[in-house]
Amino acid sequence: MKIKGRVVLLVDKEGKLISNVDTDQIFHNAHLHITDIDEMGKYALGNLKGYENYSGLARENDIIITGHNFGAGSSRQQAVDCFKALRVGIIIAPSFGAIYKRNAINSALPILECPEIEKYVENRLLNKDDIVTINFEEGRVENDKGEIIQCRKPSRVQLDILKAGGLFNYGKSGTPRV
Amino acid sequence: MGKTIIEKIFATHTRDVVEAGNIIWLDIDVRSARDFGGPNVVKNYEEHYNDTPVADPERTFFTFDLVAPAKTIKYAINQSLCRNFAKKHDIKVFDVDAGIGSHILMEEGYIIPGSTAVGTDSHYNIVGAVGGFGQGMGDMDITFVFKTGKTWFEVPSTVRINIEGEYKFPVTAKDLTLYILKIIKTEFGLGKAIEFYGDAVESLPLYGRITLLSMVTEMGGIIGYIPFTDKTIQEIKKFTGVGEFPIYYTDIDAKYEREITIDISGIKPQVAAPPYPHNVIDVDELSDVKVDLIYIGSCTNGRREDIEEAAKILKGRKVKEGTVLSIAPATKRVYRELLLEGVINDLFEAGAIIMNPSCAGCAEGHIGLTGEGEVSLNTSNRNYPGKQGKGKTFLVSPVVAAASAIKGRITNPEEIL
Repeated sequence: MKIKGRVVLLVDKEGKLISNVDTDQIFHNAHLHITDIDEMGKYALGNLKGYENYSGLARENDIIITGHNFGAGSSRQQAVDCFKALRVGIIIAPSFGAIYKRNAINSALPILECPEIEKYVENRLLNKDDIVTINFEEGRVENDKGEIIQCRKPSRVQLDILKAGGLFNYGKSGTPRV
Repeated sequence: MGKTIIEKIFATHTRDVVEAGNIIWLDIDVRSARDFGGPNVVKNYEEHYNDTPVADPERTFFTFDLVAPAKTIKYAINQSLCRNFAKKHDIKVFDVDAGIGSHILMEEGYIIPGSTAVGTDSHYNIVGAVGGFGQGMGDMDITFVFKTGKTWFEVPSTVRINIEGEYKFPVTAKDLTLYILKIIKTEFGLGKAIEFYGDAVESLPLYGRITLLSMVTEMGGIIGYIPFTDKTIQEIKKFTGVGEFPIYYTDIDAKYEREITIDISGIKPQVAAPPYPHNVIDVDELSDVKVDLIYIGSCTNGRREDIEEAAKILKGRKVKEGTVLSIAPATKRVYRELLLEGVINDLFEAGAIIMNPSCAGCAEGHIGLTGEGEVSLNTSNRNYPGKQGKGKTFLVSPVVAAASAIKGRITNPEEIL
């Protein structure tokens, strides 16, 4: 699967990727009563300083790049589904919160763990609004200069659930081999 | 090669090979959904599984512990949606009067040592305190487990933390927990099972184990364990009302992915300052910070002993004018014990608001919120920006919270003892 889209960097004032963005910053607990996925989009990143207006600016296939432990905190699926609602293409981070990672996989929202990504952002090889291409199965990001950034390859279960379109369809075939 | 505690629990709940890094199908003994996540579970279930039965209604639960009772019509509708689903599927609901779901399911003996449990609560790994496997999961996972009784899971590797040294009152298990967080932050334990060793942790009573192991979530961990002592086993029998259960210890030749030693000798009462739970400093460094709102309770510090420790300080004293102190016991059982012992009376006379058992301060607005520039002091587990209003949230022990309530500013309990 190829994902081509615009880079959105979640960075602090110094231009450094923000680590430990928690689920209350991604989808604040004031909106947890929402069960309709389409309604979740407008609250995406609504409590992350500097990104409160992201939902209005989001484009289909956006490639969100962020820091270590993205999605720390609560188990709320809305913190994943709000990006599905906005048709975000993929989220890339050095690491994800453990529950967040599962939720993203189950929702078929592509994510990649990329321990090296901070270095590329620091060295300006990945910039805001760059158009990059991702070979998801290979965990490979290609920037607009043709340079390759190798991320961890997704696990088989992640690929299989993504291919099935989410956990429910994946599970309908019984107990697939993991 | 030897096995760690989590590997032994998993091995009794799967047919797949349990090895760190492997993905397995894990049988789940107990699952629950709360009023957060619960309505999404119902919606998912009806969309994908229609009217077909859940896998095991007797081990499937709803627990309404967040917006309890419902404070807006939207939450009222959501809770009612869950109640109707529960009725249709013959599922038990621990309703808005009952308290924190994970605590209730342990108290009622549904979650015991060696069992596997999942729920829409990121602090479900608290069940590591009773030697079970618990995990917070999103609404898709929980829907899937309602239907099938299992889910896929990557076996985490296990890391080991050795605690050296001792601490003494007014330093408590919460200060120990915050100090560990200060040292390891969120990278050491991310995605790992964490085992804790050393006299200071192994001698912890159950309520202290609950405090430390609930905050494995803030360490980024999947779950944490402290090996049982004879005293722990007796406490768990009394706590769960279950007399027989498997007890797992890590084998001597088991392999830890990483290991560190933390010396806690001489630590003082600790505070986690915003914006992160691991942003921890000595309480003395903040002793000029005025406090507007204080909350004692939560899954981390809502047991009877936690509230008793606070009450000992508050008894015969008054909460400072201009500071609001709210206290919410973890469960109805805890509330009843405090009531019978006269502790509720002491807290009331000191000027505290006593709330119904619930997650209270961890849901938006249930104990009140901070306005711009205000400060809240909290015995729970998260202080991320905006979680409890426009102001700043600091995390402390119940003892520091109580001392600070009397002084109206962040206070080292030694000042008033």
